Amino acid sequence: MNLVKENKKKEIIKFFNDLPFNKMMGISLVSMGEGLAEMTVDYNLDLIGDKKTMVIHGGVVTTLLDAACGAAVMSAGVPKVPTATIDLRIDYLRSAKPEKQIRAKAECFRITESVAFVRATAHDGNDVVPVASACGAFTSPI
Amino acid sequence: MMLEEKELLKNILARVPFIEFLDIKFDIVDRELFATMPFKPMLIGNDFIRALHGGAIGSFLESVAIIELTWHLNFEVAKSETSFQIDFPKTIDFTIDYISPGKATDSFAKARINRSGKRYASVSVEAWQGDRDPPFAQAIGHFLVSS
Repeated sequence: MNLVKENKKKEIIKFFNDLPFNKMMGISLVSMGEGLAEMTVDYNLDLIGDKKTMVIHGGVVTTLLDAACGAAVMSAGVPKVPTATIDLRIDYLRSAKPEKQIRAKAECFRITESVAFVRATAHDGNDVVPVASACGAFTSPI
Repeated sequence: MMLEEKELLKNILARVPFIEFLDIKFDIVDRELFATMPFKPMLIGNDFIRALHGGAIGSFLESVAIIELTWHLNFEVAKSETSFQIDFPKTIDFTIDYISPGKATDSFAKARINRSGKRYASVSVEAWQGDRDPPFAQAIGHFLVSS
């Protein structure tokens, strides 16, 4: 086990879970691998996008996917600097079910000294169809 | 008409707790909708450079696009008694262009409906801080108006 990498990983998990906006939204980084990250957001009445359907706002799903993609980028090498989103596209495949936790899985599938390319999906249970999928480009942290 | 537009906006916003949670405000100026997201420390996503969270920017842009479209689509039901009669469009996709980091200051946004057809709508939105040009973030989204 590479100690530098392990310490860096712990540092990154703490960094993401301490971010004010992630805390406020109830977003947490649950796991990180090499170029992989999983994040969750708990259902919360403050995050609702329409009181009629009680479905969570699209912006919450966007935030979760953006954060998960960012974490995947940070785990794709030994980062020297933070990363920033260049662009992100979200496809809303279906409505999230009310009261369910949403879990995003992101994968950084290509990283260079300048750019990191990422894709991600968000699920709200065992349904085969994800709630949303995303792809984006980030500034490289390596 | 002006009063009805204001009433409609109020009824739309009453349906969306998330907009209140982010403290996004809307103003009608010359029959156009302008949005403000006042800066708050909780919106920070990068402590080192004190930049806004990408998700906060994305949520702001997406909220402004949806509210603009909903506002336009529901002028006819402006007189409806309850906010539950208002139809909300469904987001199909949303693409965010993070032009430059969002600073620790108030953000403003304006959406433009590129097309609103029978079933689909295309909406662009720009966000700025200080001067309107250049924007620090922009987005384009497609919406299902009726299924």
